[in-house]
Parts: sequence; structure tokens; C-alpha cells
Amino acid sequence: MTDLSHIRNFSIVAHIDHGKSTLADRLIQMTDTVAERDMKEQMLDAMDIERERGITIKANTVRIDYTAVDGEQYVLNLIDTPGHVDFAYEVSRSMRAVEGSLLVVDSTQGVEAQTLANVYQAIDANHEIVPVLNKIDLPATDCDRVAEQIEDVIGIDASDAIRVSAKTGVGIRETLEAIIHRLPAPTGDRDAPLKAMLVDSWYDAYLGVVVLVRIMDGVLKKGDRVRMMQNGSVHHVDRIGVFRPAMTVVDQLGPGEIGFLTASIKQVRDTKVGDTITHEKRGTDKPLPGFKPSVPVVFCGLFPVDNAEFEDLRDAIEKLALNDASFSYEMETSAALGFGFRCGFLGLLHLEVIRDRIEREYDIDLITTAPSVIYHIYGRDGEVTELHNPADMPDPSTIDHIEEPRIKATILVPDDFLGDVLKLCQDRRGIQMDLTYAGSRAMVVYDLPLNEVVFDFYDRLKSVTKGYASFDYQLLGYRTDNLVKMQVLVNDEPVDALSTMVHRDRAEQRGRAMCEKLKDLIPRHMFKIPIQAAIGGKVIARETLAALRKDVTAKCYGGDVTRKKKLLEKQKAGKKKMRQFGKVEIPQQAFISALKMDS
Amino acid sequence: MIEDWQNAGFAIYIHWPFCEAKCPYCDFNSHVSQFIDQSRWRRAYLSEIDRLGREFPGRTLSTVFFGGGTPSLMDPDTVGHILERIRATWPISNNFEVTLEANPSSSEVGRFRALRDAGVNRLSLGVQALHDDDLRRLGRLHDVEAALRAISISQQTFPRSSFDLIYGRQGQTLSAWKSELDRALDMAAGHLSLYELTIEPGTMFAKRKAAGKLNGLPDEDLAIALFEETGARTAKAGIENYEVSNYAADGNACEHNLIYWRYGDFAGIGPGAHGRLTVNGLKRATTEPKAPIPWLKSVENGAGEALIEDLGPEDQADEYLMMSLRLTEGMDLDRYHAIAGKSVSQSEIARLEELGLLQSGENGLRITTKGRPLTDAIVSSLIAAG
Repeated sequence: MTDLSHIRNFSIVAHIDHGKSTLADRLIQMTDTVAERDMKEQMLDAMDIERERGITIKANTVRIDYTAVDGEQYVLNLIDTPGHVDFAYEVSRSMRAVEGSLLVVDSTQGVEAQTLANVYQAIDANHEIVPVLNKIDLPATDCDRVAEQIEDVIGIDASDAIRVSAKTGVGIRETLEAIIHRLPAPTGDRDAPLKAMLVDSWYDAYLGVVVLVRIMDGVLKKGDRVRMMQNGSVHHVDRIGVFRPAMTVVDQLGPGEIGFLTASIKQVRDTKVGDTITHEKRGTDKPLPGFKPSVPVVFCGLFPVDNAEFEDLRDAIEKLALNDASFSYEMETSAALGFGFRCGFLGLLHLEVIRDRIEREYDIDLITTAPSVIYHIYGRDGEVTELHNPADMPDPSTIDHIEEPRIKATILVPDDFLGDVLKLCQDRRGIQMDLTYAGSRAMVVYDLPLNEVVFDFYDRLKSVTKGYASFDYQLLGYRTDNLVKMQVLVNDEPVDALSTMVHRDRAEQRGRAMCEKLKDLIPRHMFKIPIQAAIGGKVIARETLAALRKDVTAKCYGGDVTRKKKLLEKQKAGKKKMRQFGKVEIPQQAFISALKMDS
Repeated sequence: MIEDWQNAGFAIYIHWPFCEAKCPYCDFNSHVSQFIDQSRWRRAYLSEIDRLGREFPGRTLSTVFFGGGTPSLMDPDTVGHILERIRATWPISNNFEVTLEANPSSSEVGRFRALRDAGVNRLSLGVQALHDDDLRRLGRLHDVEAALRAISISQQTFPRSSFDLIYGRQGQTLSAWKSELDRALDMAAGHLSLYELTIEPGTMFAKRKAAGKLNGLPDEDLAIALFEETGARTAKAGIENYEVSNYAADGNACEHNLIYWRYGDFAGIGPGAHGRLTVNGLKRATTEPKAPIPWLKSVENGAGEALIEDLGPEDQADEYLMMSLRLTEGMDLDRYHAIAGKSVSQSEIARLEELGLLQSGENGLRITTKGRPLTDAIVSSLIAAG
């Protein structure tokens, strides 16, 4: 156990590609935390998808032992957090677990939206923030301009920002010294009852559920009996340790320390991020503030492209759910798609991550149906039902009215882009609640329907503001609106996986956009294909996909047989990624791409 | 019982990998080299013929084809030795066909007589265009005048002769192609190969196209119009479309290429040459080393083959379908069944017939004139449904 004055806990705030992971790698390397031979790029990002997308979904942590220039021994704990609005709550908990942040900004690029969203989380958590200007080895580096921008846009002092090249190692020592001298030590009382914050948890095939904790007060020891304050469940702690970044067992964790515990917990579902862990006996009765249960807000169907893979899909979903409490699922059947699952997610990124993991880790090709929110259907008979799936929409004549969830969205944006943001919000049926300025930045608050946001709002926002907007939202409640179910017919056959709930006034526009999109997404066939959007029996939009007219190899002689055959085999494999609807083959990615709106 | 290949016959392909210059549209296995040891190459070809003679004795050989590269750059004496050895190894059919590919440049035309005396009885000339600017753009070393002279001399020299043209060239209009094609049909001696320009990956043209520097290629409408016009004009001249890009008067089709499309057996000799040879009832796919020197070394070590793969019944049947549907005469469904042990999907045939793209009857299946521009899509959907 380390004395509080010699502990520093921090996170790194950065935009994708600004060098967060490389900087973390260098800190780990310079302090000899990992033997040189075990070092690999981006130590902290364990999963492939994260590595490829450059995002970190689960909180990762590493404990670094550092001998300062003055000869003192310090323990540094780095928590690396996800950086997306879907995981805003998880980020807020990680931020509460540390006292300071390094704000890493690419000195060739400057501040970007994701940086803003997370740096405000850090400011909210009362962090001390040390700006780090990275990539000073590149010719395009412009530290003075970027430092000025940090002061203007974020409003923190950047005069003593550290200039670093995580790639070459320049400035790493200075960064370590700044962590010690500029970030505060944690506080806590080792004699008080145990108060540990559950920062994150995940499933490990050998250890069961691993719980990442930050000790606020008291001391956690192996063999302790602890209680999760949210559900009151009691567990026997069979192992505690720290990450270096490999799991390393220790005897105890004291105030200010970050580490893990295992307690033969079977399901991640039993561990809630933000919960307070205390001792069964002589425990605290005051949980840490800020706990929120995680509730799925976006629903969609996941179906195997190949029906025969349904059982494999069930297996994959069950395994993933063990490790992700915020992901819900139940079986679903569709006339066109067969057996699958209706799944609930925190947001669209969460959806994409789960879908990609199923495809990659379990090698199952999936069709993802139109994402939906939960609607409240008020029947004429007075009964209220929850609608998770437009395909289940009852006969409109039996419906009295429909309510949809609304959110309060807060958007921070440089005023240059304000017009575009206002237009986007109006286009998505938003009602402006507030508009204020802070320097050259505007803060806009909108009341928006959740179904207009869940799909591609965040992508659109990033795109219209060149990445300079930050976005956060909270649920406001349910409100009645004129909502209808829009069906899509391909070659005169309804494709229920493409059914969506839309506002009546927007239906024509959405229908047209979808038909146009599908026209581009469905490959041409040897016959022409009508693509229609309809409400009830009424067609509101129509496109025609022209027939394929030419597809022939000019030269094919004896020497070309093998090559040509290989091409055919590739096409055959490509067809496996398509789903047959009547006579038409629709590629799996069409189901989600068709719903993205470009304007 | 006869083996499947006997429905089509047995052929030998000889690949000569060298050219004077590399054309920007060509993705064939060709190399430009200053010094070629003709006698070493001759020994290698003869050694491969001997090996194949031992492995496949007693078959009646229908055709030989010298391709490349530019085989008209071969020493006519080498061609003579090769043909002599072939005749000594296998019995040959009554109408034995020996084709050689040539360019219209004067140096090559000068060898025509010697090549005929060596045993070549059919010449295939790579004319490509009857338009000087286009010939330059295609990277050809000859002009129209040389091409016309070469056509005339080849027709005087060889019993049978054909030439190639490429259409769908940069900036080529439908009317320009019509008159160029009419001019070609006037000169044709019963056979033409008319190819739509294809931008093959890895070629100079592909690089230029990727860089946005290959302008004026036809759009889909023009490409269809060019193809249809080609079919109409050739038919009127009595030179009928018998394969996607090949046109012939009655009895003038290239027998060698028909063996490929009818899925017979063929041995491929030379760098990168492919073969399909039936061994114990199974079709064997062979490939020789692609680069010239490794091929020579491999032959000198005993056998030119770099890769041998025995095809299963399904692969074999797919190849038969893919090749034979390129022909106007189409495929034999009984033959397919005998190879694959199953039938071509009846429902897929019916679907494509309904679209007017396919026609079946008398156990035959053929692509219609309407379906011809969709040959690959049709083949692909029949195979995927199988």
C-alpha cells in the first residue's frame, strides 16, 4: 500500500489519432513497467475492433511505478476511457476515479470535438488538467497556435503545455514529472469504512467477473466479504491486484489506489458501473453519489445471413451479454429473415461494436435491421403497449395515439458552424430550448425525438461541424406525435427489416431518401427492380433500379479458365453476404446504410 | 465408354513469352528481352513435348497454337522443330490445325513464308485498329498501311488467316466503328476476332485510368450499341458470332479455341502456360512457372509443371458450363450431368429463360443474343444456384 502523497491517478483525454495510445505506450516503456520484449504497439487496447477503429470501449488501466528526478518513488495509475457519447456515463465514472487528466492535442491538428466532450467531463470531475502538445516531430507542428486554441476554445491555461513526440520519446520524462508535480494526490481515510467505486467490470474466462475499483476510503483485502450497495449482493473477495498492465496480485488496496478484485461473480450483469462496494460488516451506509443504472435506448434486430447459423448467433450473443450489462436481447422471428434476436443498446456505436464483434470473433455474417426506440402505443381500448419493433405495429385502426421518447440534447459548437447545427436539429424535428454564447462558442439546447438521434445524428453532427461539436443528451420523457410505420417494398415485396417509424410530415422525404439509397446499395440484377416506400397501402416514394445490361469478359481462352473460375468463386462467396427477398438479393450492409441520411 | 474430353478433342498450346514492346492494354504473360538463346528455348520445348508424349501417349492431336508474347518472333526453324517433334509423338487428325499469332510489323511479315514451310497453316494477326492515331495510343509498333500489307500477305501465304481488332477505344464513335468494321469485313478471310477494349488490372491502361488520364472510354449505352452493331454487321457479311468475341464464316472457326470452349483436353507448354488434362478420369489443371528463366530451369530439371491440381467433379462441371456458354452453340446438359453427377438448376434456367436471356431444348442450353452481353452474370447465377 502506497502513501497517498505518492500516488497520482490520471486519465488521458484526446481525439482519435492524436496519439493517446502511443503516449500511453511511451509512459509504460520509459518506466520499465513492461519488459522490452513484451512491448507491443498500443498496450492498452486489447480488442481488435478497438485497435482498428482507434477507440477504447472498456476502461483500461495500468499502474506505473516511477522514480522521479528527485529520487522519490511514485505510483501512477492511468485509466484509459471510452470516448463516445454512447458511453458518456462510463466515462464520467472513470473520470471520478482519478484526480487529473493529460489533455493530449495533436500539434499539427488542434482541438477537436471528442477532445472537447471529454475535457468537459474532466472539468466536471474537478480535474487538474495538464495540456500535452503531441507530434512535435512532424513538419506541420504549430505548438503556439494550438496552445492558443486550447486557451480560446477550452479556456484552460496552456502556457506551460508540455511539448512531446510520443513517437520519438521527446518530452516523455517531462510529462511524467508534470504528472507528479502538477496533478494533485488523491485524498481518503484508510481508517474509515470501505468505500470503493466500481469503475468497470468484464468477464474473464478463467477468473469470472473482474471488477475494476478505485478505493475512496478504507482498505480492501483478500478474503474480505464485500457488499454491492445497489443490489445488496455479498461476495467473498478471492483475489485483488493491480494492472501493470498484466494482472498482478497484491495483498491489499488502500485509499487512492486503483486495482481489481475477483469474487467468483458469474455475470457482469451483477456488477453495475458506478456502484459503491463496501464491507459486509462495518460497511458504510452512504454510497458514492452519481450512480445511474444503464438502460438500453436503441433496439434493432440481428439475424444471421445464413439461417443455419442461428444457434451460433445465440451462443455468441449469450457470451457477449455475459460481459456487457448494458446490452439486452430476446428472440425474434421475421417472415423474411427467419430467426434472430431483438437487441437493445446504449447507442449506435454500441450497436456497431457488438455487431462487429459477433461478425469478427464468432465469424457470423449478420443482417442488422432498422434501429428503433421504444414507442408507447395507446390503444382505443385504453391499453398501453410498448413497441420495440416497427414490424410488431398493431393495426392503425386500433390505435388511439402513439408517444415517442424525447431527449434534451446539449451541443457545444464554434459559432462558425452554429447555422449548420441549428438546421440539423430543425431537420430532426427539434425544438430549441436554449442558445447561449461562451466566447466564440455557442451552447445549443434542443428538445429532440430520440428516434431522430439514435441513428446517425452524431455522425451528421460531426460531419457538418468538421468535428468541432460536442454532444450529450438525457431523456426527457414521452410525448405524443403523429407517427406512422413506413414500409419498404423491393420488387413489390415488403421487406420488414427495413420498416421504420417516421413522423407523418417527414414520411415522403424519408421514403424518397431511402429509395434513392437502396437504389445505390442493391446491385443491379438482370431485370429492373422497383423500390417503393409505402404507408399502409399507399406508395409515397418510388425508384427503379435499372437492369444490368452488360457483364461479359471479352477474352477467355485456355489460360484464363483458372483465373475466371476464381473470380466466379469470389462472386459466389459475395452472394453469401446477400439475402434473397423474392427474386432480389440485398447485400447485408444495405439494411443499415439505407437508413443513414446524408442531409 | 469415352472420357469427357473426347467430346471436344486434344490440343497443345505453346507459349512464347517475348515481345518487342509491351502494349499498354495487355495483361498477358509477355516480356521484353534483348538476348534470347533460341537453341536453349528450342531444347526446352522439345523436352516438354517428350515428357507429355510419355504421359499422354496415343491420343489423336487436333490442333497446335503458338501464342504469346509474339511467337512470330520465334526462329521459324524452332517452330519447325517443335512441329516435327509433335508429329512424331502423337497421331494427328485429318484437318490438323496449326495457328500462330503474329504482328503486322515488316520484320515479322518477312518470316511468313518460312513459318508456313515450318508447318503453320493458320495465322492470327494482331491488327487491333485500322486507325493510325489509335494504333499509337494502343502502343502498337505498326501503322495501318503495314497492317493492310500484312493482312494481304498472310492471306496469300497461309491456307487460313484471321485478324484481331479492338473496339470501344478512347473516343471511338459508333459510326466510326461501323465504317472501320465494314472495311475489316471486306478484307476478312472468313474469320475475325473482335474484342471490346478491357482495362485489365496491372496494365499501363489501368494505371492511367486510375490517375484519371484515360478519357473517352464508352459508357454502357455506347458499349452495348457497339457490341450489337458488331453482331449485326458481321452476320450480314456471313461471318457469324460463334463465341463472345469471335466471328467466322461456316467452317472457319478456330478449332483450337473451340477445344477450350468445348472443354476438351489441352497441354500448355511454356512460361505461365495452363493445361487441362484428363488423368484416370479426373481433370488435372496444370500451370508452368510464369517467369521465363525459372521455366527453363524447371524444364531442364525434368518437368515444366509448377502447379498441379486435380479438379473435383463440381469444379470441372462449373468450368465446362463457364466455357461452353461462351459459345453460340451452347452447352450439352447431359454432358454436364455426367461430369457433375447432378443437373444445372432447373429453376434458375427457367428464371433466366423467362427473362429471355437463356434458351434450352434438346438437352442443349444456350445464351440468347439478348443474353450475350450478360454472359458472365448468367454463368455466375447458374453456378451459384447449382
